Amino acid sequence: MSEQLALLPEYLSAHVRLTLLALAAGILIAVPAGILVSRVRALEGPVLGLAGVIQTIPALALLAVMVPLLSGLGLPGIGVLPAFLGLVLYSLLPILRNTVTGLNGIDRAVLEAARGVGMTESERLWQVELPLALPVVVAGIRTATAWTVGMATLSTPVGATSLGNYVFAGLQTRNSAAILTGCAAAAALALALDFLVRQMATGLGARRRGRVAFGMAGLVALAAWAWAVGGRDAGSAARPVRVGGKTFTEQYILAEVLAETVRRHTGREAQVLTGLGSTVVFDALARDEIDLYVDYTGTLWTTVMRRTSSSGSRAEALAAIRRWLLEEHGIVLAAALGFENAYCFAVRRDTADERRLRTLSDLARHAAQLTLASDYEFFSRQEWKSVERAYGLAFLERKTMDPSLLYQAIAARQVDAITAYSSDGRIAALDLVTLEDEKSAIPPYDAVVLAGPRLAREAPEVVAAVARLEGAIDPARMRALNRLVDEGGQSALAAARSFLE
Amino acid sequence: MIEVTGLARRYGAAVAVADVSFRVAPGELLALVGGSGSGKTTTLKMINRLVEPDAGRVAIEGRDTATLEPHALRRSIGYVFQGVGLFPHLTVAENVSVPLRLVGWSRERIQARVSELLELVELDRPLATRFPAELSGGQQQRVGVARALAASPRVMLLDEPFGALDPLTRDRLQRSFDELRRRLGLTAVFVTHDVAEALVLADRIGVMRAGRLVQIGTPAAIAREPADDDVVRLLDTPRRQARLVAARFEAPS
Repeated sequence: MSEQLALLPEYLSAHVRLTLLALAAGILIAVPAGILVSRVRALEGPVLGLAGVIQTIPALALLAVMVPLLSGLGLPGIGVLPAFLGLVLYSLLPILRNTVTGLNGIDRAVLEAARGVGMTESERLWQVELPLALPVVVAGIRTATAWTVGMATLSTPVGATSLGNYVFAGLQTRNSAAILTGCAAAAALALALDFLVRQMATGLGARRRGRVAFGMAGLVALAAWAWAVGGRDAGSAARPVRVGGKTFTEQYILAEVLAETVRRHTGREAQVLTGLGSTVVFDALARDEIDLYVDYTGTLWTTVMRRTSSSGSRAEALAAIRRWLLEEHGIVLAAALGFENAYCFAVRRDTADERRLRTLSDLARHAAQLTLASDYEFFSRQEWKSVERAYGLAFLERKTMDPSLLYQAIAARQVDAITAYSSDGRIAALDLVTLEDEKSAIPPYDAVVLAGPRLAREAPEVVAAVARLEGAIDPARMRALNRLVDEGGQSALAAARSFLE
Repeated sequence: MIEVTGLARRYGAAVAVADVSFRVAPGELLALVGGSGSGKTTTLKMINRLVEPDAGRVAIEGRDTATLEPHALRRSIGYVFQGVGLFPHLTVAENVSVPLRLVGWSRERIQARVSELLELVELDRPLATRFPAELSGGQQQRVGVARALAASPRVMLLDEPFGALDPLTRDRLQRSFDELRRRLGLTAVFVTHDVAEALVLADRIGVMRAGRLVQIGTPAAIAREPADDDVVRLLDTPRRQARLVAARFEAPS
């Protein structure tokens, strides 16, 4: 728990910065847009409709779609920018709608009086319409505040630090203390911001200067704290080495291993940026938005290099990929860690015994009566097509779920087969049987440390440091580390340290 | 003072006002009477350009109003209407001072003028810091009159200002307004559907029907030579009602 609380200033301050920036931008866009819409009635349908459509996009998808969009425009696709833009878009609707409603709801007699006493358009807006619409506008801002605080927790997968780091890491590594810390902090922040906004609004309405000042001072203090904490990070001498990681246990551990290795052998600061989407992370490395991460040769071969042919043996695959990465992207394959994390098909021991399953060919014969569950991406990957083709696999039903839930689902007999990760500690823990891919339809999946082009150019000592990890983790070791976190309740950092000690 | 020539306005195919012309002399109060939809309110609003005329012209003190900025024109004319239209987020004093702030008066001058105005419309000083919602209908209407008078306009437009008030309050306000406008020498156009009110307050009466000005003149002149039977009936309403009331009182119970 204290380990979790130590992260709070960093996560909370980043969350506050993101939320306040997005809300400020949302207000600056939506209030004027609302005024315009209330003036030009023809715009009301299209503008409110557009904002409504944005709102129907699932929050996570809206953030995720920002990544390729920004990359396409040549802007940083991961980090604060995509999260900020997604949050701004999301905050628009409630503020916009309430501004329009508030302005349209003003008594016509009052508006006529404003014209009758000789107010110009802008005098009428500032002296009559906006003050009268204020309570409704503020209600919209409060709604947007609650949404933005909540949605900012989803910005972790696009690389922006937030309280979501607790939640995502906690979900993957089954750390309920982390999840609770993240949720409680987000709830407290939402309440605090709402309280301050309400103080300012009621103060304005009731002309209590003290209250307005109190609310304002609270917001300013919160912002000052958040930027002070952020500034301290950015102010450290050399830019930290940024270590990326995907969204599963092993990646959290390996990211910490890389970061610790960099710290211990180069003295440079290292920052861990985990929970990144599997395809986001390679692009981020290629564009130097992160400096190091661990990927797998099979993934690189099929989804990055987009090869449909066989990659050959482990050694052949490594050599081909190493060459391609350097030539195409200037990325250095610094080390092969010594274990594979391949997709493999696993069934319960009793299923294997009953149906005499040993290989994927055996599985193919029984597939029509079996249910298969896999993670979000497997069925759209080349490996699945290749396995499907090689063995003629046709299951009774195929399900997609979060990787952390796959093992629970098979243990609870809700599914008969899953696509497991060969290095996962839970295969042994749950006594699952992995089926042999005797036709080598699934390419080798050696875990390899990749170093980004700029790091490779400018910091060879960092590349050298992580190169020490060549062959350092055998499959049993990796499974044991994964088990420490998944079953033993340890944090990824603790597991990483136990390995390095 | 006010000179209206050939004023016309349509809303789509419906004619609201057609070819209305009249003059109001300095210090005179003209009451426009007529039923709902007769065009009296539209005519009034074309004088301060709250409604833009389709045709015709309005001149005030010899100046064509079309040559002025609408907001500048309205600042020079007091405007009171039935909805009152006080600004609900401003206190009584602030409501009254709006026209003064618009023309950039200093704080001290505004304060002095507001006290003067509240006294003029017989509102107690402590009401100055109240909000409109805390006032009675009669008090609200007095604030409306005070606001209209704030910038010392020479011309006032009133659109059924006392229509929504109870009879006693209306009677009291009518009398204090009559006294006020004579004292200040205001030139005024006053729209009402209450013929008795028009007869009590107006120097001259203009009768409107279906967007046209049917007849205009002093009450006595109209009574002497009414333009048609409808005008006779219209002007006779207060007397007819008075006779009915008297008969009620005299009848044995």
